[in-house]
Amino acid sequence: MSTTLKLIVRRLLFLILVIWSASTITFFVPRFSSRNAIRERFAELARTGGFSPDDLDKIIAAMQAQFGLDKPLLQQYGDYLWSVVHLDFGYSLNKYPATVLDLISQALPWTIGLLIVTTILSFIIGNLLGAIAAWPKAPQWMRFVATPFVLLTGVPPVLMGVLLLFFIGFRLKLLPLGGAYSIGVIPNWSWGFALDMGVHQILPGLALILGSVGGWVLSMRGMGVTIQGEDYVNFAEHKGLSGFRIFRDYYLRNALLPQVTGFALALGTVVTSAIVVEGIFGLPGVGTVLQNAIKSNDFPVIYGIVLFITIVIATLMVLLEFVYPLLDPRIRKQ
Amino acid sequence: MASIANTAGAAWMPAEVRQPGRLALLLRYLRRNKGLAIGLTILLLLVLFTIVGLLLGDPKHAYPLSAPTKRPPSWQYPLGTDFFGRNLLSAMAVGMWQTAVIGLLAGGIGTVIGVVLGFLSAYFGGWIDTSIRSICQILTPIPVLLIQVVVAGSLDKRDVTIYTMALIVVMLAWMGPTLVIRSQVLTMKERQFVSVAKLSGVSDLGIIFKEILPCLLPFIAAAFVGQVFAAVFASFYLAVLGLGPLREPLLGNIIWSAQTQGAFFNGWWWWPIEPAVAMILILGSLALIIMGLDELANPRVRRSE
Repeated sequence: MSTTLKLIVRRLLFLILVIWSASTITFFVPRFSSRNAIRERFAELARTGGFSPDDLDKIIAAMQAQFGLDKPLLQQYGDYLWSVVHLDFGYSLNKYPATVLDLISQALPWTIGLLIVTTILSFIIGNLLGAIAAWPKAPQWMRFVATPFVLLTGVPPVLMGVLLLFFIGFRLKLLPLGGAYSIGVIPNWSWGFALDMGVHQILPGLALILGSVGGWVLSMRGMGVTIQGEDYVNFAEHKGLSGFRIFRDYYLRNALLPQVTGFALALGTVVTSAIVVEGIFGLPGVGTVLQNAIKSNDFPVIYGIVLFITIVIATLMVLLEFVYPLLDPRIRKQ
Repeated sequence: MASIANTAGAAWMPAEVRQPGRLALLLRYLRRNKGLAIGLTILLLLVLFTIVGLLLGDPKHAYPLSAPTKRPPSWQYPLGTDFFGRNLLSAMAVGMWQTAVIGLLAGGIGTVIGVVLGFLSAYFGGWIDTSIRSICQILTPIPVLLIQVVVAGSLDKRDVTIYTMALIVVMLAWMGPTLVIRSQVLTMKERQFVSVAKLSGVSDLGIIFKEILPCLLPFIAAAFVGQVFAAVFASFYLAVLGLGPLREPLLGNIIWSAQTQGAFFNGWWWWPIEPAVAMILILGSLALIIMGLDELANPRVRRSE
């Protein structure tokens, strides 16, 4: 028991270290840069809105006091870390009364929905195809289903998205070219709207799935090949167990374990590609918020989103590590 | 004495059996390692396209207002022109050239840093190893692209050039090669020939450069191509997010601008599709080469003919 506790404490310490280093990077990098976010923002306002340059300096000084930018650096750093603990990422410069967390939480359901569906689907499809591709008794045609997916491994989901937009959206006109729902439709709770929304999610989802299935196929096939030679698979065959049973209980289950670790490691890539794909398709998720923030120099939003995603990914990785003993009895016993 | 050995050798080995040349051996190996061959061929064709495009076309046409706008592909403009009046043929050639510069520069620097740190960490061990390894471990869960977004976003737009892109990409891309080289050196260090060298009084540097480094060359080559791939990928993502040097016709920038102008909605399909296909070919060929080199570096996965 005490060893488990020690392990948990060690992992939590690790998590804190990761979050600390990420927030340190997002704190110091902008402060060493030559850009002054507030000055840029108000200079822009001054160009369009028309107040005198003298006032501009006063406004900037006042705003800097408001954001705490006039305090000594170390104190700012302490305040910053404290606010990160509270998940408080400050205010958006562009949509001022809204906080960064407001913007994120508005966009988050879209991103989470897309991510959960595509990640689970690609994990299941990829691992099944990979396992079948390495299974010597699988029918010939089944083993070749995996090949086109493997060829797609090198294609990042964004490019897959552009290709899908061209072939399915533009040429065949089967699916919409972007957006979360049809233009002119007011979001409401009806089946018609849900269907409309679903149709708009197909292409981005497909782009993400096609872009990541190949990776799972490849690693699962590699795992499968090593497990086939194991004695227990051989023994199960000689006991006369049915092929399906061996496939499911002896072969797939053991091959899947390392894939869960791989899943934890792939989280970062999965999330970042989802963000870029959202931007290409104009879905109102976190990715689009990030792209808009980049376009309009809304720095607190950029840093807030980066930090938020890093915290989420690091936490998920540690959580997955705790799930691992549940899946593998050998680790549980130790 | 020498003449006897010579005649004996000649009698034993008929004169017409000659060792095949290096080129022949290479070609023979490539026939066996199909992935490597296909990857190299695609890459070679892309390089050819870039060189021919740069030589025949005027690189100035890769920049806005140098051609009529929004022309679909035709004989005059084989790849069409875009909304800003760029001849996409020149833009693609220049963009691929810039992609290659970023990839090679960032990949090269990243590999060098990785090799040096990996060697330091594995060869000297102790606190150096502990600190390098824990930095790598802590940085691994942080999505590299997001940190690059922070850095690229903090830069003044005028400061963002091809070279700063490469530096941004390399900043967080040395962990992979460091860990690979470290683990290889660790196994290499225990080999007998290293112990023999050590006992014979060869200095640390001598052992590193003369004994271990040559054995690691295939791994370093694989790590280098892997870094080039990662750098091209990362700079592409940054550019697609709108963080690239916006004036330059980087492939990611072309897709970004096409998407912000709603190219598909307006029917300008050729504009985003061309850089996308080019990028797929670049990344695909690099991925094939990586897999091929893996086979070369790891005899265990080397396929038997």
